[in-house]
Amino acid sequence: MHSKWKNAIVVGATGGIGKEIASQLLSSGTNVALVGRDGTKLDSLADELRREDARAISVPCDVRQLETVEPAFQEAIEKLGGLDLIVYAAGVMPRVEPNEYNTEKDAEIIAVNLTGAIAWLNLAAKRFERAREGTIVGIGSVAGDRGRKGNPVYAASKAGLETYLESLRNRLAPNGVSVVTVKPGPVETPMTADRGKLPGMISADRAARLILRAAGKPNKTAYIPGKWWLVSKILRAIPSPLFRRLNI
Amino acid sequence: MKPLPTDRLRRVEAWGMTVGGPCYVFRPSTVEGILDAFDAARNAGKTVAIKGGGNSYGDAFLNREAFVLDLSRMRRILEWNPATGVIQVEPGATIADVWQYVLEDGWWPPVVSGTAAVTLGGALAANIHGKNNYRAGPIGEHVRAVWLLTPGGDVLPLSPSQNSELFYAVIGGFGGLGVVVAAEIQLKKVYSGLLDVSAFATGRWVETLDRLDELAQSNDYAVGWVDGFALGAKAGRAILHSANYLKEGDDPHPEESLSVEFQQIPTTVFGIPKTALPRLLRPWVRPLTMRWINSLKYRSGKRQDGHRFRQGLAPFNFLLDSIPNWKHAYRPAGLVQYQVFTPKESSSQLFPSLIAMAHEHGFPPFLAVLKRHRPDPFLLSHAVDGYSLALDFRVHGKRWEKFLSLANEMTELALAAGSRFYLAKDSVLSSDQYERAVGADAVQQYRELKSRLDPEGLLSSELLRRVLLKD
Repeated sequence: MHSKWKNAIVVGATGGIGKEIASQLLSSGTNVALVGRDGTKLDSLADELRREDARAISVPCDVRQLETVEPAFQEAIEKLGGLDLIVYAAGVMPRVEPNEYNTEKDAEIIAVNLTGAIAWLNLAAKRFERAREGTIVGIGSVAGDRGRKGNPVYAASKAGLETYLESLRNRLAPNGVSVVTVKPGPVETPMTADRGKLPGMISADRAARLILRAAGKPNKTAYIPGKWWLVSKILRAIPSPLFRRLNI
Repeated sequence: MKPLPTDRLRRVEAWGMTVGGPCYVFRPSTVEGILDAFDAARNAGKTVAIKGGGNSYGDAFLNREAFVLDLSRMRRILEWNPATGVIQVEPGATIADVWQYVLEDGWWPPVVSGTAAVTLGGALAANIHGKNNYRAGPIGEHVRAVWLLTPGGDVLPLSPSQNSELFYAVIGGFGGLGVVVAAEIQLKKVYSGLLDVSAFATGRWVETLDRLDELAQSNDYAVGWVDGFALGAKAGRAILHSANYLKEGDDPHPEESLSVEFQQIPTTVFGIPKTALPRLLRPWVRPLTMRWINSLKYRSGKRQDGHRFRQGLAPFNFLLDSIPNWKHAYRPAGLVQYQVFTPKESSSQLFPSLIAMAHEHGFPPFLAVLKRHRPDPFLLSHAVDGYSLALDFRVHGKRWEKFLSLANEMTELALAAGSRFYLAKDSVLSSDQYERAVGADAVQQYRELKSRLDPEGLLSSELLRRVLLKD
């Protein structure tokens, strides 16, 4: 299948979902700038994923270092020769104990999952708004739909990301720019490796396929896979007093 | 290498809305500003495309992810002599700027396009023609001199007698050799702001072409509208219009007709603002309804056969300005105009074949316009001793590949008939096809001039790379 995008940036390309997205984009002929914090890992990934008809470029950047984001964004565009799609797939979900309140750990989650996303996607939004075209994809989570006991700041970071993406969508849609929020359920990635087999878990390969399919449809919010839409509707409908008694 | 000027990033779109994308746009108001843009492009390792009014249907001024020099701010009238009709303008001055400036002195641009929004710089780059091409030639034949800014920073005066090889290559050269920073043009004396117009209906291709040829021999202007949906026995049915300038004394009130106010095109139709029309027309711009509209237009035109009337110079010439942004009626699809210039002897065979082929591929032409032409001395001339047929197609992005396949078949057929093509309208030609149309010698000569004037290849555009600058 030939991709509708010529040039893409995948932030968080060394992670489970990000790597699969980058790989599938390259397979369909899209040039991809692979962004991640480990330059050596990125270089070997670029070698691994490179195709005859599509270039894989490594652009090292630690999303927590905000001053490095703009130069990295410009470097990616200049090396690619343009930009049609950006996928922010960087994310962390550290294990949090039930009685743990570790602000340092929480700040790290916010820095990677939310502030980093804002730093990268603001730059893409500005460019796409001027170009009057482009697709922004942010990876939210079903975990952001309700305030769960398990990992408060992870849930908050994903809820914040979803609201930010909705605002971008409302700003940019009149300019022909598409902003897509994808909300996967559990996905088999290194991030979830220590959680065991969770209910409804899908492979990163399948998640990436569904995410790219959703990204091709303008301005939507998509649950990955679609059944999580119904689960989310039900969870959202549960009254708070009842929800807090649930062990989720 | 310096970073790209991201604050200059803008979407630039072909007039036909089929292609567009982000470009770094510079809008200089002086020659120094142009040179600054050249330097910025060199520093960023990018090429520069030149843009005037942005009225080329295809990719003539597009340069995605690179620089675009928009000259529309350089629009001053530099000199005007109402006694001789010689005007000197900056490249961004539009045809509207010129005619509105000179009409009251009794002058009119000798060659105009179907819209007055074209800049003089753009008009010279494309070497535009009008409905009087068979008589007046292209606009280049009325240019006394141009001043060409080369990428190296020199300003060269060019005229038919000074640097003439370059003069005949720069006009019609689509901005690949330098930037025309001023032009001196001889305008046409007119004694009225009116034209004597006659309408005629014709039934078949041979009759239509013969009649247009006959009209061209005895009239200042001649143009034909052809029913693009009529096939078989009805193919080639058309409404032709001829028009003539009024002679001195023919207009009892020349001071009235030679005013800008008199020439203004009405802004409403049946009380509806014309700006609203494209949106209202959008549901009608479909094959079934356009077939009906074409048929209705022919029948109503037939009833006017032999009708004579007087019409203002602007309303007659600038038909495309009669509904502002009418192209938006084609949305969400784009508008492609496919225009061939075919020798007289092969037109009656080729034109019906092209229209039939378009129908077979599922792309009926919504509008078909016929004109008479003659050759001219410019290096990349599109004109021949014959006719041009312009076909307007509604092409949705999803059907672009299918349209390209049709266009390719049409082009091969047209080339076999000895046709040429007009790059201001083009979106589809390959470099091989263009070279076969205009001749390998002409392309070679253009490339030699290019390597002399622009050895670093600074000036380029998607059109130039597609048809002319490829090896």
